[in-house]
Amino acid sequence: MAETNPELLTKSFELGYTYTRSTGPVIGHFLTELREGRIVGTRTSDGRVLVPAAEYDPVSAEALTEFVSVAEEGVVTTWSWVAEPISHHLLQKPFAFALVRLDGADVPMLHMVDAGEEGAMRTGMRVRVRWAAERRGSITDIACFEPA
Amino acid sequence: MREAAVIGYTQSMQRRYAGAANESELIMPVVREVMQSVGVTQKDIDFTCSGSCDYLQGAAFAFVEGLNAVATAPPIRESHVEMDAAWALYEALLKIWSGEADLCLIYGFSKSSPGELRSVLTLQLDPYYHVPLWPDAVSLAALQARAMLDAGSLTERDMAEVVMRSRRAALLNPKAQLAAETSIEALLAEPRFVSPLRRHDCAPITDGASALLVASADTARRLCARPAWIRGIDHRMETGTLGARDLTRSPSTRYAAARAGVAGRPVDTAELHAPFSHQEIILRRELGLSDSVAVNPSGGALAGNVMMAAGLDRIGHVATRIMRGEADCGVAHATSGPCLQQNLVAVLEA
Amino acid sequence: MSDTPAPVTGIEVPINLQYEFTAGKALTRFLTRIREGRIVGQRCPGCNNVYVPPRGMCAACGIPTEEEVEVVDEGIVESFTVVHIPIPGNPIKPPFVAANILLDGTDMACLHRVSEVDNARVHVGMRVKARWKPREEWDYTFENIAWFRPVEGS
Repeated sequence: MAETNPELLTKSFELGYTYTRSTGPVIGHFLTELREGRIVGTRTSDGRVLVPAAEYDPVSAEALTEFVSVAEEGVVTTWSWVAEPISHHLLQKPFAFALVRLDGADVPMLHMVDAGEEGAMRTGMRVRVRWAAERRGSITDIACFEPA
Repeated sequence: MREAAVIGYTQSMQRRYAGAANESELIMPVVREVMQSVGVTQKDIDFTCSGSCDYLQGAAFAFVEGLNAVATAPPIRESHVEMDAAWALYEALLKIWSGEADLCLIYGFSKSSPGELRSVLTLQLDPYYHVPLWPDAVSLAALQARAMLDAGSLTERDMAEVVMRSRRAALLNPKAQLAAETSIEALLAEPRFVSPLRRHDCAPITDGASALLVASADTARRLCARPAWIRGIDHRMETGTLGARDLTRSPSTRYAAARAGVAGRPVDTAELHAPFSHQEIILRRELGLSDSVAVNPSGGALAGNVMMAAGLDRIGHVATRIMRGEADCGVAHATSGPCLQQNLVAVLEA
Repeated sequence: MSDTPAPVTGIEVPINLQYEFTAGKALTRFLTRIREGRIVGQRCPGCNNVYVPPRGMCAACGIPTEEEVEVVDEGIVESFTVVHIPIPGNPIKPPFVAANILLDGTDMACLHRVSEVDNARVHVGMRVKARWKPREEWDYTFENIAWFRPVEGS
């Protein structure tokens, strides 16, 4: 314990949650396809394609079961520039969080863009998937996006 | 439905770091002060409800410790929400409306200083598609700000104007954490934090607690010369799929405002829970507030943001102004989740 | 036969967060005293109950407690259990006795171990006294007391 101030006793600790989460059939299928290097979404009854595959239509709450393949390339709809990553960030260098709408999808997905510098980022820019070296069935199988 | 009114409110000093004081030690003074302000004790309270988040403290069921700060003998009727205490107030109102309670104590509290707040807030996101990427609260808010800048629905000057007004208003709020006389030019000269946001666009990290008393009509009139009557209150929530939302708007706020009955009221004060400067602009539009309405005379969340209490604080500040006779009709708003995902709107009147 | 790997049915989402715990004002005072080998609780001005360890407030009366009261390191076993299974992260080897011990002059039991006695002979109402660790090992912790042992003749 720190003893710098006798009226202030503090102690560092790490809280760890090591849960395994069941994916269910829809998210499980999306992640299985991702492991194979393919990106799929789900189609709603009014024809919109949601990526990553959503279990339910966020508007109507209908269960979604029809899978649709989408492209590895898309467009940045908005972004934020993280000049100083915090410890949890997966990219330990300046990067962007972005919403990326893949070609064939109707809603953008949240991920990261490795563009090197803020000046290389702009809304509307085209980006493509950079696959992780080892894919294991996780949203992080997409390591990030990079300028196309 | 039975009428209900806020009859007391107390907020602790908003501090970046509360030092040795733990959560219970932050709660105790505000709970005692608010009860003393209307001359009641815990024995007069029919229902006690609190809002907090165990992840901020890093211990499961940490909220139970908070109960040390209220008298629990004889046993009390109590509940807790793992949310901002504005939602604890809503639960208390259900008790009053249903006739189960006449006087309720609400408190919200947290110390955000012990943990990594930006990452702690990541845990409220989708655990499959979002959490593994560790998008932090500031980065997500920055996505929203960029979307608004791109859409032309605000400018960086507009954002700086919100900050300037907050800092200036906070000079008159002795509890505020951040207060200053500054200028739009000086603020825009500051470096970016998570672009397009600058540090001052983000609410500070704050330790503290707040307590509020709400009562049914007869009890309110007996204990308070000028109660702040709750004329309407509603809360609405949007999808957790960030990409499926139009981040430049807040339909949940608009809907809650309609249900709470904001339209047509002679609103003369408003407190909007906007942890990021651009969000005040979204909220003001969705609530349909006229330019003449003074928004966040307390300084708002940008001047001090106790997680899980800052929403209740908005209601408390509006109610206090009404109780003091400084305002006649106010709108209070509380938010929760990333990019204004969930919103509560209340209308209070003298 | 295909060697296609099995479909994904679960994901690991490890969450690790760092915290800086603060003891609180009342507990800090208690820990500062116990570092000196003294047990100092607080008395409630409302109900006169003495609490060890103190929390700075009486959870029954809902009022602050400030008056400090030094108490002896001796009391009775109010309740106990014999732990037979190892607890992850706990270095104490089972079986051991975990007991609620009501120190003389206090009104709320504190949790500690009872040792230096056959576990089968531990009983409710048994008088026990603290077995302190060597002074050079004292720190800001209740573990300065290694365990409680029976008082001879009890």
